[in-house]
Amino acid sequence: MISIDVYSIVLPLLLEGAMVTLQLLVICGILSFLMSFIGGFSRLSGIAPVRWVSGLIIEFIRGTSLLVQLFWLVFALPLLGVNIAPGLAAIIGLSLNYGAYGSEIVRSSIQAIPKGQTEAGIALNMTPIQRMRSIILPQAFRIMLPSFGNLMIELLKGTALVSLALTSDMTEKMMQMRNTVGHDTQLLSLLLIAYFIVGYAVTLLFRWLERKFSAGRV
Amino acid sequence: MVETQDANALTAYNIQDKDPIVKYREIKKAFGDTEVLKGIDFDLYPGERVAIIGPSGSGKTTMARLLMTLEKPTSGTIEVDGRYLWHKEVKGQLVPADEKHLHEVRGDIGMVFQHFNLFPHMTILKNCTEAPVKALGLSKKEAEERAKEMLDKVGMLEKAKDYPASLSGGQQQRVAIARALVMRPKVMLFDEPTSALDPETVGEVLQVIKDIAKQGDMAMMLITHEMSFAHEVADRICFFDEGIIQEQGPPSQVFTQPKTERLQEFLKRFHMNGSS
Repeated sequence: MISIDVYSIVLPLLLEGAMVTLQLLVICGILSFLMSFIGGFSRLSGIAPVRWVSGLIIEFIRGTSLLVQLFWLVFALPLLGVNIAPGLAAIIGLSLNYGAYGSEIVRSSIQAIPKGQTEAGIALNMTPIQRMRSIILPQAFRIMLPSFGNLMIELLKGTALVSLALTSDMTEKMMQMRNTVGHDTQLLSLLLIAYFIVGYAVTLLFRWLERKFSAGRV
Repeated sequence: MVETQDANALTAYNIQDKDPIVKYREIKKAFGDTEVLKGIDFDLYPGERVAIIGPSGSGKTTMARLLMTLEKPTSGTIEVDGRYLWHKEVKGQLVPADEKHLHEVRGDIGMVFQHFNLFPHMTILKNCTEAPVKALGLSKKEAEERAKEMLDKVGMLEKAKDYPASLSGGQQQRVAIARALVMRPKVMLFDEPTSALDPETVGEVLQVIKDIAKQGDMAMMLITHEMSFAHEVADRICFFDEGIIQEQGPPSQVFTQPKTERLQEFLKRFHMNGSS
């Protein structure tokens, strides 16, 4: 067992790491959410080249490993003469990666809205932007929410990869501790619990959002 | 069921003295290799009620969808109140219309769909005020007044705060009619408005449409399989088959003395074999 003394060292460090993890989660969560809409709308664009280019980018990002992407940003990019801070590299890598998955959520949810809804909007002489904002998006957003909830939990877990190359998130802190104090089983169990607590908070947040956006459903 | 000739015509004055509000000229529409409309010339006069009948797949619905700008004609022109719908004139030449032009012209047209297409995430009232506020630029108060008036007309005012999912099909369709009326179109299209309904709610929707036909001076194009309803409401019946208008005329004539064999055959299916 770990003695109380050791916990008094471990816990503050875990908390410190957790703050970094949470920061990554919130910043990358917001950025990947924005990327999802940019990517999703691009894939539905009426301009063919926009569709092709966005499709290519999204498929490339989805089709390659996040870990390799992070390594590329941290180790390959400087060789090309571009130096970015490791923290920034982590944010860019995570946001692009989860934004690419999110783009598909946005695209498929918008396409899931029956054509009759758009036609009713046309018959009421609403402009394409008005139709998207008042009719399509509110309904599509409700469909997106469970998938976005999933994606945010995936993102949370994805932040752990960052510890391999970059910043001092909670996984990295615990790995440090293993080297200094040992007690692998307890430390790693503690880490699992820490991820679960954050992950479950995300789940609860999205459940609440789903209820909030379910007006008109029986 | 037949009354004396045209005694039931709801529009007493001579409609065709005015200029048509809608003109189809040599309209053709193909989906891939399938030609659905094979050259339609058709005029609709202000205040006129035309019922369009014919077998499924005859092009009736496409006829309405072209006017509502939900489908684009392959060739030909449509004019609405003197303006081209699918074209605009640039230096004396007709060029394909853009979204802005369509937006300007289709404001005169309204449509009621077979499957109602209410917005499920909005209350009944909001369904009826959203477009007036956004597309017509009415204030929320004005839009709500208009919407309540129309909901009252279709007997759905007490459901104003409910969501569409809690309504029966017939009730949803009445709301859809109110929603279209709030926009005050000059021409209203009804695309098989009772085909998706349970038999017991068909009557209430037909009654609402009859009431509207009696009151307004709005032109109506009614695509329907309800022959007695068509007979009662319409000033003119248009029989579609194989992508062209095969025969048209006042209900008394079309239903009692069909000229073409096709129409005779078609009416037999509704037990209206020329001697109803």
